[in-house]
Amino acid sequence: MATRADDLAQGVPSALTAAPYQWPDARGHFGPYGGMFVPETLMHPLTELRQAYERYLADADFLRELDADLRDYVGRPSPVYHAERWSRELSGAQLFLKREDLNHTGAHKVNNTIGQALLARRMGKTRIIAETGAGQHGVASATVAARLGLECVVYMGEVDVARQEANVYRMRLLGAEVVAVKSGTRTLKDALNEAMRDWVTNVDNTFYIIGTVAGPHPYPAMVRDFQSVIGREARAQMIEQTGRLPDVVMACVGGGSNAIGLFHPFIEDQEVAMIGVEAAGDGLATGRHAAPLCAGEPGVLHGNRTYLMEDANGQIRDTHSISAGLDYPGVGPEHAWLKDSGRAQYVAVTDDEALAAFHGLTRTEGIIPALETSHALAQAAKLAPTLRKDQSILINLSGRGDKDMQTVARMDGLEL
Amino acid sequence: MSRIQTRFEYLHAQGRTALIPFITAGDPSPAVTLELMHRMVAAGADLIELGVPFSDPIADGPVIQRATERALAQGVSLRDVLGIVRRFRETDSETPVVLMGYLNPIEVMGNAAFAEAAREAGLDGALIVDVPPEESHELVDAIKAQGLDLVYLLAPTSDAARIEAIAEVASGFVYYVSVKGVTGANTLDIDEVSAKLDAIRARIALPVGVGFGIRDAATAAQVARVADAVIVGSALVGRIETLAEQGQATRIPTVIGDFLGELRAAIDATDNGGQHG
Repeated sequence: MATRADDLAQGVPSALTAAPYQWPDARGHFGPYGGMFVPETLMHPLTELRQAYERYLADADFLRELDADLRDYVGRPSPVYHAERWSRELSGAQLFLKREDLNHTGAHKVNNTIGQALLARRMGKTRIIAETGAGQHGVASATVAARLGLECVVYMGEVDVARQEANVYRMRLLGAEVVAVKSGTRTLKDALNEAMRDWVTNVDNTFYIIGTVAGPHPYPAMVRDFQSVIGREARAQMIEQTGRLPDVVMACVGGGSNAIGLFHPFIEDQEVAMIGVEAAGDGLATGRHAAPLCAGEPGVLHGNRTYLMEDANGQIRDTHSISAGLDYPGVGPEHAWLKDSGRAQYVAVTDDEALAAFHGLTRTEGIIPALETSHALAQAAKLAPTLRKDQSILINLSGRGDKDMQTVARMDGLEL
Repeated sequence: MSRIQTRFEYLHAQGRTALIPFITAGDPSPAVTLELMHRMVAAGADLIELGVPFSDPIADGPVIQRATERALAQGVSLRDVLGIVRRFRETDSETPVVLMGYLNPIEVMGNAAFAEAAREAGLDGALIVDVPPEESHELVDAIKAQGLDLVYLLAPTSDAARIEAIAEVASGFVYYVSVKGVTGANTLDIDEVSAKLDAIRARIALPVGVGFGIRDAATAAQVARVADAVIVGSALVGRIETLAEQGQATRIPTVIGDFLGELRAAIDATDNGGQHG
């Protein structure tokens, strides 16, 4: 199977390093990745969506509306915070946190749901559907649906419904219907399958808000564009606060939307290293992880070609991570392309390392991070001591940890 | 001439509509599948569509997804499915068999390796539901190089340009998805279907099969009036599920055979009524 990766990687690197960076191509390919691997029944809705997305992302009135919502409803711009005490403790590079945890609903997810919901309204759709893992994207979708008066149905794997009760309740409070998906592994990937089926059936009035940079074209590009506000702001904020660009930008990667949102505006800054951090779960060697870029193979799932976790027969494998938001067997196709080209590096940290970082940041800086985010923090804590004190690492603090109180308490033997 | 083309030309000459059952290979076990295939031919099936189990079947409804899960629980792989086809061919050299599945298991096997193994097993064609004409040209070339047919889906939302794009690559027959939704969805508007078939036939010279939403003899007869082939899947797979759950898997070939026989009779009655378009 190594030959599949080798075949795909041939001739990639030089194409990417050439500025300007203009991926994907017209059919949604990032090099050999991405694309539209969907049944014929989805081609028309995707074409309709692509046309609307292309039209409104060049529409001044739409962009004004989006900017106003990001400012007044989400609370943007989110600050960049210099974690001085944590930096001193690690005795190396200066650590900066892009505070997406301070957004309305507590994570970066809302940047995208605001954008897609406004697009849905422009397209005349009255019903929103979404898939969710940890529940953050579901909450962010239910939130914007409530505000715009749209009907909202959220698909969530039965396993995730059980481990994220608080978010399920939040979605219901917001007026959304939460459907527990009982098929397959009963987690995020199956929720996505179910949402696709709903969309095919109800496409006339329904808009499907995908929560990450995966899925068929135009989703990976569209979600990236809505999330890139993170990197645009952070780039300017770092220059303002430190007089220069960071040496490293870092983010956790499940589907990869917070990472691509941070990375994208830095892609042409060749001096800035980009590091994505996947979930190694119990350890890559155990097979119980969610790290397709570090330990997977290229394949096709959910409408795009990307790195996947699959078995020898091409069936998608069950994943494991302490964080539901990283528990996905695929990854956005643009990350696959950034990996093959060498422009970004991808590493993985275990559940235990992420938990240690969770406690570390909480105690040192008084910021309780999401378990997803804690994976990036763990990698930053490994890297920082190897760098000079005048170097800097910018980490996307993609979400806050309130939703993870139960999971973490359980690790300590407590039931809340 | 391919086995599929031969079969459709023969049926056309007789003024008959093809009956195409779909079952998931390995549901509830590979042994039942093989026996069931022969029984379906005896009951009047003209071509068999064999579903390849995949863990994430986004185009299928809950009935076929559960069938897929039953097959995967037995570890049924793409190679196993081709093995079933090979054994079927030992005693049936005439009934065309088409695989219906998703791309990833094929790519893992290797495009050329799959196409070659498929031809050797006696397979006649493939419908890879998540490969539109825009993608995976290497696989398309590999399959065509082995002389196999490539069947494509068409949907109510397929416009003239898309029908023409599919006309360029499709062979054997095309599969018109008669309702918006996934397999097993339940409403069928025969006038709408008829109008769409006219638009398809104006652009594609191949036989057109109609599937999705055919659940009994009455709907099969309705579709037979306008289509070249009636494709029935979830109605069969749902019956297989019920029997498997009741621990009566050995009755599956008989029950499915009898049900297909009813559909065959209803379709023949329609064809003999001379209303075939």
